[in-house]
Amino acid sequence: MSQSLVVRTGSLIVSVLFIVVAILLAGASPLEVATAMWNGAFGTPNQFARLLATLAPLLLCACGLVFTFATGLYNLGIEGQIMAGAIATTFILRLTQEILPAPLVILLGLGAGIAGGLIWGLLIGFLNVYAKVNEIFAGLGLNFVAQGLALYLIFGPWKRPGVASMSGTELFNRNLWLPNFGNTEASPIALLLAVVGLVVTLSVMRGTYFGLQLQAVGRNLRASYIQGIPAIEYLMSSFALCGTFAGLAGALQVLAVFHRLIPNISSNLGFLALLVVMLVNFNPLGLLPVAFFFSALNIGSLQLPLSLQLESSLAGVIQGTLVLFALLGQSLSDRLPKTTPGRS
Amino acid sequence: METAQLIAILATAIATATPLVYAAIGETITEKAGVINLSAEGTIMLSAMVAFAIAQTTNNLFLGFAGAAAMGALIALIVAFSTITLKQSQIAIGFVLALLCSDLSTFLGNPFVRIPGPTVPSWRIPLLQDIPILGPLLFRSDLLVYSSFALIFLSWFFFYRTRNGLLLRAIGEQPAAAFARGANVIFLRYFYTLFGGALMGIAGAAFSLDFKAGWSYRHTAGYGWIALAIVIFGGWNPLKVALGAYLFGILQSLASLAQSTIPQIPTQVFSVAPFVLMILVLALTGGDWIDRLLAPLPLSWRRPLAQALQATPPASLGKAFEQD
Repeated sequence: MSQSLVVRTGSLIVSVLFIVVAILLAGASPLEVATAMWNGAFGTPNQFARLLATLAPLLLCACGLVFTFATGLYNLGIEGQIMAGAIATTFILRLTQEILPAPLVILLGLGAGIAGGLIWGLLIGFLNVYAKVNEIFAGLGLNFVAQGLALYLIFGPWKRPGVASMSGTELFNRNLWLPNFGNTEASPIALLLAVVGLVVTLSVMRGTYFGLQLQAVGRNLRASYIQGIPAIEYLMSSFALCGTFAGLAGALQVLAVFHRLIPNISSNLGFLALLVVMLVNFNPLGLLPVAFFFSALNIGSLQLPLSLQLESSLAGVIQGTLVLFALLGQSLSDRLPKTTPGRS
Repeated sequence: METAQLIAILATAIATATPLVYAAIGETITEKAGVINLSAEGTIMLSAMVAFAIAQTTNNLFLGFAGAAAMGALIALIVAFSTITLKQSQIAIGFVLALLCSDLSTFLGNPFVRIPGPTVPSWRIPLLQDIPILGPLLFRSDLLVYSSFALIFLSWFFFYRTRNGLLLRAIGEQPAAAFARGANVIFLRYFYTLFGGALMGIAGAAFSLDFKAGWSYRHTAGYGWIALAIVIFGGWNPLKVALGAYLFGILQSLASLAQSTIPQIPTQVFSVAPFVLMILVLALTGGDWIDRLLAPLPLSWRRPLAQALQATPPASLGKAFEQD
């Protein structure tokens, strides 16, 4: 077993210990928690369907982030891009639902979501490139703007007749819902879009000149600029691409999951996607299994308040711990003294 | 507007800004040493929970504050170890910790949600409290608020008037040069990161034991990100950083006033408005356009104006120091 494998296994063990300690501190039994979470995610077909319904937007967001990470950017604004996509979709649905046939309305809604996310992504790029605002703060700021906009619409112009509440706008007519597996929350179209997104991301990053150049910009912005790569255009493209994916995820949240606009429409999926991408160490091949695992944690943890009176935020604790120790383990193994030169 | 109303708005602003002052000055100290502690959001939240939990169970405010400071320093230790020693990306580690600690605070803080607990008692300063306007504004508060005033001045004095402060700035600007002159860059970066983290922990306690006493789900939501933005807004200068915190406080306080005067706009919008404005200001002060705008002015005017409007980060901020 190589030294780096020892370090990586070690960091996994430490994460599990940390999680166990957290569960014990909350006065619960780790075994009961694990059983409850497993049942929560895989117990019934309905719950498994919810897992798949979370997986689709999560995977799309993670794909988008592969592009911004490739150029060396931390796009913390992805939450706002999801929200902007969801808002744009809701807008188009409200505008056209009475006058156009349902399939066309859905298509327009998806397109609007993409446009909304893309514009929101470009805004960060613009602030970053032309106003020299660090992308982290431009992104976070625009998250607050998008949140404010969503709240304004839900409590203002788009409020339900009579009652405006945190439960969101009025449900859309059933014919505007994306088709689902049976009576569940999972939509085959959403899953299909996510898989297409993953394939596109993989092929662009692995097999195209564009993907290669994006990574060159990420490695060394100045050097790639001197080499003749239009670095700024590549930075903007990576924001636009990430916004596109996130906007599509936002559209799916409206069309396939919630069927309305709610204040928490992004459901923290953007931040979760950031963790996914960090955990796979920017290797797109790991995206699917890790996103699946994280979705299972999210859905499984919803069982915790019901059966064990624990907070469902344990899912976030587990996800964060795994990523934290994976990062630590990775940098530790990078810094190991190379004792056996040549073959290892 | 009547004087009484104005004083009420400003007094609310000071109360709102006090936790932010601790957090933003803590982050300023950390960043001056060349380290970004991006975990602020999570650090403040988890420390707020820990402070309340300890103070509530032991009925001892001091232990609550000490626990929060220790929690903040502990998280900062993780940041310091992973970024200074292991040279992992400061952004990645900080972001993961921000999420992890927020979720941890919700998970572990569950038994303490919405129950009564001890709060910092108010302490009116005799005589000073009777000064018109200034009295009710500044001297009818509590020890935590007074110490925040002292912290602003002391940190400024430390940075710009003491030898150790000079050294602190040096390890953030030119660590290699400071090292060559005999400074223990690694140790000092650890020290200031932990110290700044402890201040962020106190910011959390200032929330749950004073400003918004108690604990609930995501009790301090958003303040960590705002603290980080305010450090940039204040150009890494404690006086301007504090000014930023008070401006934010005034915006919050005006927002709650606007809720009653402009009922057409839903209240929820106002709660995010100050965050938005803060970032807009950041965008406006960050670009090169200030240089272009000021270009026609004579140099003697241009320099102080640019200094007041622009913010330059410590030159080695976010970069690992390679000691060979």
